[in-house]
Amino acid sequence: MLIKEIDYGTPAPEQPRMCGSSKCSCAAGVTPEVHADTPMVTLEIDGNSVTVPQGTSIMRAAMQMGTQIPKLCATDSLEAFGSCRLCVVEIEGRRGTPASCTTPVEAGLKVWTQTGKLAKLRRNVMELYISDHPLDCLTCAANGDCELQDMAGAVGLREVRYGFDGANHFDKAKDQSNPYFTFDPTKCIVCSRCVRACEEVQGTFALTIDGRGFASMVSPSEAQPFLESECVSCGACVQACPTATLMENSIIEAGQPEHSVVTTCAYCGVGCSFKAEMRGDEVVRMMPYKDGKANHGHSCVKGRFAWGYTTHKDRITKPMIRAKITDPWKEVSWEEAINHAASEFKRIQKKYGRTSVGGITSSRCTNEETYLVQKLIRAAFGTNNVDTCARVCHSPTGYGLATTLGTSAGTQDFDSVEEADVIMVMGANPTDAHPVFGSRMKRRLREGAKLIVIDPRRIDLVKNPHIAADYHLALRPGTNTAMLNAFAHVIVTEGLVDEDYVRERCDLAEFDRWRAFAADPKNSPEAVEGFTGVKAADVRAAARLYATGGNAAIYYGLGVTEHSQGSTTVMGMANIAMATGNIGHNGAGINPLRGQNNVQGSCDMGSFPHELTGYRHLSTDAVRQQFEKDWGVTLDPEPGLRIPNMLDAAIDGTFMGIYIQGEDIAQSDPNIQHVIAGLSAMECVVIQDIFLNETANYAHVFLPGSTFLEKDGTFTNAERRINLVRRAVKPKAGYADWEVTMLLSNALGYPMNYTHPSEIMDEIARLTPTFQNVSFELLEKSPVQWPCNDKAPEGTPIMHMNGFVRGKGRFMITEYIPTEEKVGPRFPLLLTTGRILAHYNVGAQTRRTDNVAWHPEDVLEMHPHDAEDRGIHDGDTVSIASRVGETTLRVKVSDRMQPGVVYTTFHHFGTGANVITTDYSDWATNCPEYKVTAVQVRPTNRPSEWQSQYYKQREATRRIEATAAE
Amino acid sequence: METLIRMANQIGDFFNSYSEVEAVPEIAIHIRKFWDPRMRKAIMAHIADHQGEGLKPRVLQALKSMPS
Ligand code: SF4
Ligand code: SF4
Ligand code: SF4
Ligand code: FES
Repeated sequence: MLIKEIDYGTPAPEQPRMCGSSKCSCAAGVTPEVHADTPMVTLEIDGNSVTVPQGTSIMRAAMQMGTQIPKLCATDSLEAFGSCRLCVVEIEGRRGTPASCTTPVEAGLKVWTQTGKLAKLRRNVMELYISDHPLDCLTCAANGDCELQDMAGAVGLREVRYGFDGANHFDKAKDQSNPYFTFDPTKCIVCSRCVRACEEVQGTFALTIDGRGFASMVSPSEAQPFLESECVSCGACVQACPTATLMENSIIEAGQPEHSVVTTCAYCGVGCSFKAEMRGDEVVRMMPYKDGKANHGHSCVKGRFAWGYTTHKDRITKPMIRAKITDPWKEVSWEEAINHAASEFKRIQKKYGRTSVGGITSSRCTNEETYLVQKLIRAAFGTNNVDTCARVCHSPTGYGLATTLGTSAGTQDFDSVEEADVIMVMGANPTDAHPVFGSRMKRRLREGAKLIVIDPRRIDLVKNPHIAADYHLALRPGTNTAMLNAFAHVIVTEGLVDEDYVRERCDLAEFDRWRAFAADPKNSPEAVEGFTGVKAADVRAAARLYATGGNAAIYYGLGVTEHSQGSTTVMGMANIAMATGNIGHNGAGINPLRGQNNVQGSCDMGSFPHELTGYRHLSTDAVRQQFEKDWGVTLDPEPGLRIPNMLDAAIDGTFMGIYIQGEDIAQSDPNIQHVIAGLSAMECVVIQDIFLNETANYAHVFLPGSTFLEKDGTFTNAERRINLVRRAVKPKAGYADWEVTMLLSNALGYPMNYTHPSEIMDEIARLTPTFQNVSFELLEKSPVQWPCNDKAPEGTPIMHMNGFVRGKGRFMITEYIPTEEKVGPRFPLLLTTGRILAHYNVGAQTRRTDNVAWHPEDVLEMHPHDAEDRGIHDGDTVSIASRVGETTLRVKVSDRMQPGVVYTTFHHFGTGANVITTDYSDWATNCPEYKVTAVQVRPTNRPSEWQSQYYKQREATRRIEATAAE
Repeated sequence: METLIRMANQIGDFFNSYSEVEAVPEIAIHIRKFWDPRMRKAIMAHIADHQGEGLKPRVLQALKSMPS
């Protein structure tokens, strides 16, 4: 069945996140459809009485009782505009025919939605529209899904008196520059839904209506083609367009879908809900789901359009093995591959000891799959050598927030941003890395919230249509902790501490100590100015704004965590949030913006070597025994190895076999040459992935993985929301990833017999207090946010509402310790890394879609001064070298950078940006210090030695033996 | 070995502004909780064989006091 959400025509009237009634469910942090104390209005429509919240439009009220008033320019994702005049109604006692989309309800109104007069008016309107619209409905891509067509039917249009030979727009050319959608101006009815969607929903302001009256036409900024315009290809305009004017190319090619399933985007930590719309066993469109709690019907270019990789020809669908990594791969049966892997692991454990093997869980796979992999490692291997790629991104979040507040997760839901008065963004680039949340943030900023950006680079948010940061503190990379200490200094010494809050909720001895530390003049903005490079006056003003501007919310990203003081900086944020009373209510909080779709989930699921599900240390006997009983094994009480330690141990000869599900550590982890050395030292590397990734170059067994469209399960997004992933198509290789893990476990002699991921979730719920009440059945009804247990049966949108999870909030002393990675005469520049909108992490998926139209290669951004000093011009190829390695890429000269700092992304393996990043890491969690590397840049005209060597070797290790035709 | 020494010292540095009575057990607990046994063994061996060369005093003290 094709799922179609109801379009109420206009948005629900805005209501506060909290009302005054203690009976309302919002008192428990759950926003109800209508608050208990919302004023309601009763009116009569077509003789029926209907009661709706004050501020509702007549159109919406009618739809709530099931009557659809004809409309064209209105849709409920956009504010009413009142331009088409198709939605007119008659109101008893009022003159004229008001538009129902722009007229709010009033008590006692008597409204008629269909009268002879209205019918005539509507037919006239339609007649005008149709006279300038080509009548090729039968061959139109929107046939069956066109609101103009529907309305012609609804108003009973039978003739068009004006004829079609008058002035029209039939000869306008199509714009096909965007790889994913086509703009066909001949079909435009100038309803401006696209323009408003781009403004209101996406916040990009790329479209305008050019000209006036009959000549008016939709056009991307300055009449450019879409691809060259400001457009970020989010698709909101395509979705809003009622006609075939803006149309997905996939629909133009395949036709309209006939059924759909609701699922969750597998790209970033926003976790947008989508309808996977299909024809037969083929996905033809991904349509953001209006009831999706994270995205409310919006999406970005990745989730909506970049799913072509799921059917890309590079997908590996047969298991493969080989004896040496220099041998070509040999395709084998599942049975042979699994048995080979299992016997190798057993052989290695026999030879080198029980703890000589381990594995890595994936932040891209489902919770159930991640849980199974760590279970396999702990129960079947009998070691705790399990880790996850969250190590390289957000492990400091877990450590820092657990130490200060008591939970390893962000404190708010995404909706909370709508109540924020001050938004502080630190080391994150939401418009590129978390676009849908970025759009919501921009909407709130346009409504007047204040913005503080702490980032070395001038990210898009700093200056955006209708938005400007109040403060952009462009600090030197590596000085985050010093910056937050300066904030703390201002808060403490200028009397901005929320004393009541601190007294009630925090550990006072720790607080007093922290207050004394913060007040130390060495932490004053003036004292740190020398190394942060930010004017003290600006820091003071920003700190005052944060402390006194109302609800203040912190959003942060990898620019905070990927430092040697990552955990310290996270604690620093918790400190200032606690000191100013900004945790535990709407509109405030501390929120990590998670990189990958299921980073939160993979951490929750016990992927770290020292803890079981729900962040419980495995040396705690009660916890371990609970698992031992359920799993029927004895568990090792000692913590296992982390990824970097596994690689070290491999080089030392004590770690020889690894099972890696859905991760590409040879590309994503720092100091690649070290990673490669570690992998090459191992005797059995088993990779489970959808493509031959870079790590597979060093593998002996390859098990084909499945994409998110091919399996059931759950992802947990950055707001702790557990979203269902539903299978839309069959797994290409025959098995979903959780089934493959089961096969391996069974072959190792530890039986697993789940028939559906829901059974795995039941086991997780049984063993994890914060997941106690979670089940697929509950999630079918509503995707809840953990903790979800008897204390919070509907989940927990906002944490720490009535006190901190750990008891009393703990202030930590966060002394600034400069990183050991310092610039010097040989390496005078600081390199920092990031990501861009069109691509995702190492780009294995997005590189295999048309998203390459936006970002065909990694480039190095550099300030004009630094470029000039080195005789480098925009577009030149340069070599960039650090203490550990060297690579080449192209330069983009840009004043977004501050002098002395350069920036690049790491989406393409050809650049291997991680060849130059060092293996310095966070003190508490070993999260690598990606964000600071001292480098030198010089012009060059040939690939670095590493690159040419790597390419040669890459070719040699990626051959697949031709199999005889079967 | 160098990596382990650097890691241990980094942990020690975080607790710099805490008093010795607090810092030493905190450092010990952190290492006990997060380090795999073979890493702990290696650094203990380094202490036995090279008097913990390169380790900062508090870190050394913490490691010596750490229950294995
Ligand atoms: S695709 Fe998105 S950014 Fe581009 S014009 Fe449409 S709404 Fe605007
Ligand atoms: S392109 Fe579509 S949404 Fe935009 S004005 Fe034309 S018909 Fe309306
Ligand atoms: S990539 Fe992120 S923001 Fe974009 S659609 Fe997917 S979950 Fe949403
Ligand atoms: S729908 Fe109300 S004026 Fe267009």
